[in-house]
Amino acid sequence: MTVKAQESHRKDRGFKHLMQQYWRCKYLVMLLIPSLVVLIIFKYIPMYGVQIAFKNFKIGKGIVGSPWANPFWSVFQSVFENPVFWNAFWNTLILGAMNLVIGFPMPIILALLLNELRQERYKKVVQTLSYLPHFISWVTLSGLFIQLLSPSTGPIAAITRLFGGEPYFFMGRVETFRWVLVVTNIWKSVGWSSIIYLAALAGVDQEMYEAALIDGATRFQRVWYITLPSIFPTITIMLILQSGSILNDNFDQVFNMMNDAVYRVANVLGVYTYDLGLKNLSNSGLAKSTAVGLFKNVIALILVLTTNAISKKISDNGIW
Amino acid sequence: MSTVAAKKPNLHHARKIKRSVGEHIFDTCNIIFLGLLALTMLYPFWYELAISLADANKVAISKVFIWPEAMSLESYKNVCSDPNIWSGYMWTIIRTVLGTVIALMLGFHFAYVLSKKYFPNRVLWTGLLVFTMFFSGGMVPDFLLIRDLGLTDSVFALILPGAISAYNITIMRNYLMSLPDSLEESARIDGANDIVILYKIIFPLSLPILATVALWTAVGHWNAWFDAMLYITKSNKQVLAITLRRIVIAGTNASATSMSGEEMNTNMTSETIKAATIMVATLPILCVYPFVQKYFVKGVMVGSVKG
Repeated sequence: MTVKAQESHRKDRGFKHLMQQYWRCKYLVMLLIPSLVVLIIFKYIPMYGVQIAFKNFKIGKGIVGSPWANPFWSVFQSVFENPVFWNAFWNTLILGAMNLVIGFPMPIILALLLNELRQERYKKVVQTLSYLPHFISWVTLSGLFIQLLSPSTGPIAAITRLFGGEPYFFMGRVETFRWVLVVTNIWKSVGWSSIIYLAALAGVDQEMYEAALIDGATRFQRVWYITLPSIFPTITIMLILQSGSILNDNFDQVFNMMNDAVYRVANVLGVYTYDLGLKNLSNSGLAKSTAVGLFKNVIALILVLTTNAISKKISDNGIW
Repeated sequence: MSTVAAKKPNLHHARKIKRSVGEHIFDTCNIIFLGLLALTMLYPFWYELAISLADANKVAISKVFIWPEAMSLESYKNVCSDPNIWSGYMWTIIRTVLGTVIALMLGFHFAYVLSKKYFPNRVLWTGLLVFTMFFSGGMVPDFLLIRDLGLTDSVFALILPGAISAYNITIMRNYLMSLPDSLEESARIDGANDIVILYKIIFPLSLPILATVALWTAVGHWNAWFDAMLYITKSNKQVLAITLRRIVIAGTNASATSMSGEEMNTNMTSETIKAATIMVATLPILCVYPFVQKYFVKGVMVGSVKG
C-alpha cells in the first residue's frame, strides 16, 4: 500500500469512528438538531449575507445573484468618503467615552454607600427601587423623559420658572442632548450595575474590619484600606470589559430620544445604519448600510477580544 | 436598630460603641442621600401617573407635579378605546409567552448536549454558538433574511431570530455541568437513555436556572420594539411597544415641529393621553416587579459565577 492510500484509509477510519461516536449519542444528536437549525438559519445565514457590503447589490437579484462591486471595496470607499459617516463614528466614540468616564464610577459609589447603611430594611427598599428602571424599555422611558423635560409642561421647567429662569429645552438642544443621554442612562442602569459590586462587598472578610477597629482605624480608613482594595479586582474587570463595548452606541436609547433638531450629535453608528439602509430600502443604501454595520462589528469584535485578553492576563478572569 | 445589630453581632456592636460625631453626620447624610436617590427612581413613574389622571387643561398650564388637582379618567377611556392598544397587548403577550417557551426549549436542549463532555466535537459546537455572541450579520442581512423567508408580519419573525441566545445557553450549560455525574451514571445502569435522563432527572433539578433564564427572556420580549418596527407592517399585528412609540414619541415630535410655528393643534396628542398610554403599558411590569425582582438578582449572581 502506498503512503497516500494508507493516509486516506486512516482518514476513512477516523470518519467512521466519529460517526460511531455520534451514533452512540444519537439521542443527544436528536436534541441538538432543532437548535442547530435555528442557529444556522438565523445567525449564520445573515453572516453570509454580509457579502452585500462587497457587492453591487440589487434587491431583485438577491444576495448571491448580485454582481460583485468593482473594485470590491468600492462600497466601503463611498461610505468612508461621506462626512455623515465620520460624524456618526465620532458621535458614537464621544458618547461611549462619556458613558464610560461618567457612568462607570456611579454603581461603585452607590454600592459603597449602600454597604455603609446599617438599616437592612431601608437598604433593601433603596436597592429594589434602584433596579426598577432596568426593567422598563427605552421606548417607555423616552416618552417619560420627553414629558419630564418638556419646556412647556414639565416639572423641571416649572422649577426653573419658579426661580425666575427661562425653561431650557434640554432634549432639543445640541449642547445638552448628550448630557441628557448620559444622565438618563446612568439613572436606568446604576442600580442594576451595582449588584455585582455589592456581591463583591459581601465577600469581604469581616475579620479584617474587626482587626482594623482594634487598631483604631476610622470609618473612612476602613473603606479606603480594606473595602476598596478588596473589590478592586472586580472593578478592574468591569472597567476593562466596559471599555471593550465603547462602540456599543445604546441604539435603543438614542433612537427613541432623538429628534431632528439634535441629529448632528445624536447620529450614532446604529442610527446611521438604520437611516442609510432600512429607512427607504434603496439598493445602494442597503449595501452601504451593511458595510457600516460590518465596519462597526469588526472593530467591536477586536475591542472585545483585546480587552478580554488583557483582563485574563491581569486577573485570570475573562468573561469566557 | 438593636434587632438589626443583633443579626450581625460582632462588628455592629463594636461599631456602635465607637461611632464618632463625624460618623453620625455621615450616616445621616448617607441615609438622606440614598432616600433621595430612591425617590428619583420612583418620581418619573409617579409623575406619569399624576398627569395621566389629570384634567387635560390643568396639564397644559403645567401645574401638576405631584398630585392632579382635577382628577379625570378621560384619558384612560380614550386610550382604552383605541383598538391598537388591545391588539398590541395581545401580540406582546403572544410573543412573550411563545418566545420564552421556544427559547427555553431550544436553549435547554442545546445546553444539555454541550454539557456532555463525551459528546463528539463538543468544542466545535460550543464555538459555533459562542461566536454568535461576538459577531452578527447586522441589521440589513437580518432584515433581508426575514423578508426572503416570508416571515414579514408573522410573530415568528419576532421569536426565532433571538431564540438562540449564546449568553443564556452558556449559563445553563455551566449550571448543568455543575450537577454531579453520579446522578446520570446510576440512571444509565438502570437502562435509561439520554432523553429519559434529561426529563426525569436533569430537568427537575434545573428548574431554578430555567426560571431565571425564562424571566430574562420574557422581559426582553416584553420590551422589544425594534424588530417589530422592521418586520411588522400591519397595525393590527403590531406589538404594544410600537403602538406606544407611535402615540408618545411620534406625537411629541409632531408637537415639537408645531411649536416652531407650523400647524398648531392638528394631530397633537395631549400630554394626559401620552401619560395614560405609558401607564397602561407599564402597569403590568410595575405590578409584577416587586414579586419577581429577587429572582433577577439571584440570576445576576449565577451569571457572574464563571464556568
